Amino acid sequence: MVHTFVAYVEDIPGVLTRVASLFRRLNINIQSLTVGGSERPGLSRLTLVCESSGEASHRIRASLFKLENVVDVDDIAQAPSVTRELALIKVAVTAQTRSQVFELVEVFRARIVDLTSESLMIEMTGVESKIEGLIEILKASDCRILELCRSGKMTMRRGHHTSGVLRALGAKSNEEVVAGAIAGGESD
Amino acid sequence: MAKQTKQDNTHLTTPTQLTGAEIVWATLVGEGVTTVFGYPGGAILPVYDALRKFPIHHVLVRHEQGAAHMADGFARASGKVGVAMATSGPGATNLVTGIATAMLDSIPMVCITGNVSSKVLGTDAFQEVDITGITLPVTKHNFLVSRAEDIAPALRQAFQIAQSGRPGPVLVDITKDAQQAKALFDFEAAKPKPYRPHPMLGFNDAGLEKAAELIRNSKRPVILAGHGVMESGAMEQVRSLAERAQIPVALTLLGLGGFPASHPLNLGMMGMHGEAWVNDSIQNADLLIACGMRFDDRVTGTLSSYALNAKKIHIEIDPAEVNKNVKVDVGLIGDLRNVLEELLPRVGGRDGSAWLKTIDASKGESAVRDIKNIPDSGHLYAAHVMHDLWKLTGGDAVVATDVGQHQMWEAQYFHHEKPRTLVTSGGLGTMGFALPAAIGAKFGCPDKEVWVIAGDGGFQMTAAELATIVQEKIKINIAIINNGYLGMVRQWQEFFYEGNYQSTPLVSPDFVKLADAHGIAGATVRTRKELDEAVEKARATDGPFLLNILVEKADSVYPMIPAGSALHEMILRPRKKNPLIETAEDE
Ligand SMILES: Cc1ncc(C[n+]2csc(CCOP(=O)(O)OP(=O)(O)O)c2C)c(N)n1
Ligand SMILES: [Mg+2]
Repeated sequence: MVHTFVAYVEDIPGVLTRVASLFRRLNINIQSLTVGGSERPGLSRLTLVCESSGEASHRIRASLFKLENVVDVDDIAQAPSVTRELALIKVAVTAQTRSQVFELVEVFRARIVDLTSESLMIEMTGVESKIEGLIEILKASDCRILELCRSGKMTMRRGHHTSGVLRALGAKSNEEVVAGAIAGGESD
Repeated sequence: MAKQTKQDNTHLTTPTQLTGAEIVWATLVGEGVTTVFGYPGGAILPVYDALRKFPIHHVLVRHEQGAAHMADGFARASGKVGVAMATSGPGATNLVTGIATAMLDSIPMVCITGNVSSKVLGTDAFQEVDITGITLPVTKHNFLVSRAEDIAPALRQAFQIAQSGRPGPVLVDITKDAQQAKALFDFEAAKPKPYRPHPMLGFNDAGLEKAAELIRNSKRPVILAGHGVMESGAMEQVRSLAERAQIPVALTLLGLGGFPASHPLNLGMMGMHGEAWVNDSIQNADLLIACGMRFDDRVTGTLSSYALNAKKIHIEIDPAEVNKNVKVDVGLIGDLRNVLEELLPRVGGRDGSAWLKTIDASKGESAVRDIKNIPDSGHLYAAHVMHDLWKLTGGDAVVATDVGQHQMWEAQYFHHEKPRTLVTSGGLGTMGFALPAAIGAKFGCPDKEVWVIAGDGGFQMTAAELATIVQEKIKINIAIINNGYLGMVRQWQEFFYEGNYQSTPLVSPDFVKLADAHGIAGATVRTRKELDEAVEKARATDGPFLLNILVEKADSVYPMIPAGSALHEMILRPRKKNPLIETAEDE
């Protein structure tokens, strides 16, 4: 199954290698990884999506916490959350095909961010399926995709949470997952 | 040569301006370090130059792998953090096997390496190697330090990480310019923040109650005691649990000594070379109480057939180990001693006699086949050697073993009563470990009798450290179990490769002459009769002593669970040799 982890990590050299190296060691392929700033000074926030067995999430989260530079880990699991991706798509256009792309952009609520006589650049944020929808339609159209760049996923839980309580939340969700197996193993 | 004068063992308590190199030693002194095992070179030379001002003894090794194993042996025998030091490049890479050995067995160790100047980092400068990159998967954590002011905080944090939670090795790589620059040394200010316990640690009343109930209701319980018993200092607690509820105790290789071998509830070692009744009782158990062990494949056999009728309680400090190999019914994630202290008041007396009788009865058959009962036929069996060594040393010595058949025979026939008396590489199975680890153990426990028990193969991997023993003037006894083969591999070839002894017969030097060349006394032992006298002579000799013990060449360790078989599918000591079928999963 697909797992999504959100982690706060120290913003210092080498931390990403440690995270990536853990997944390499576990022989798990990372499908998507985004890293950037967070509301907590000195900490970066990353969203990591990977495919692995259902039980693996406990071990992945526990192993992430064993990295000294990892401060918080949230296993999003099935929790209500918002996931977004950003895509930049450069498309070859002619005077004849340009308006067709404009229409598509309108329908998909994307934006044109660069325009030349031979090409234009589309910026689009949204869920994966929506971005893939636009790409499919563009591919099927007469306009060739010149460049495509996708950011990978960013995920945030819904509701009035700050990352300060993520850990507690994560602990809960994790225990739900393994409750059957580690009966009584949850912390008070 | 100018005589070195050392200051008293007081560490600098007032902030002082020092060079980075001096800060290294001042911090080590502050952390209570008295011995460092290492080897100098260009990139660590400033640190070596500063050593004369500090009350730390440096042991010059013959190969950096030896330094890492010595630090490891020091830690295993004493319970304190071991420290190894090396220069950049080849010095640092030579440490790697020793670091991995410590990692796999959760040994607290700090390795300090020099590196090229920060101005040329990343340029493939002379003897530059990315040692923090190389050791990333085999350290608990590592640091690259390029400023003098960062040295003390990094080192102090390294000591904290090495000893906290599940222990492990930490490497601190320090650039040469950081060693040469000056900074304010303030030991107190360099103190790390309190260690963050793993956030997924936890056990509550419900879990403890459930565990107690499982124990109450069980008819055939077995305690599985591992290395965590020693690491957490839970010997008393495990013993209380066993005695109160009359539960037999099976031990992992690294758990040996954590529960007295002579205790009536001690079953012995479990797993690949555990006695048949130990593994059978695990397979027949209705409850397993795993204490500080990780269900390694060497103790479980195939997982799909492992202890299928047993409920499982897992008491473990590393949350990533719980439900990793074996699904458990109750996970109590925390320090073993703390957990047991909470659990014990909930566990009442239990009558375990029926189950203990059943186990006892099952010993009969295997005991008959025990090699100890084979009459002296003039052949010298390694198992006899272990048995006699144990008897003669009163079982009180610290034994460092190498890896192979002799290691398993030691585990079977040398009965360890006390924790930290067996120093052995379990997780990584590193040949060449015994001799350097024993040197480290001797520094960790100077008053103890220390024995090396090594194979003729593994001994030659780090035999150069004989010179270290002599230079350091320490007393260690060495028993080489010389069977003329890479014995354990030969055994696998006999069992699973139709006796094709490819690359396992081994020509060795005359070990007694080798010892003599180092100024170490020695003797060759050919019969069981000669053994007693030789061992007593070794023990009575002031200096180190080497015994070259010529044992039966083609003997095998029994029982054995072939890799990929179930725990109860053991190969027992044959009355006649029995043909065996190769399994898919062997190495
Ligand atoms: C560094 C290393 N290389 C290879 C092995 C594989 N190996 C395991 S046991 C063994 C044979 C050991 O022979 P010896 O030291 O003579 O001990 P014996 O088994 O004969 O008692 C080998 C080669 C290992 N464990 N470690
Ligand atoms: Mg041998």
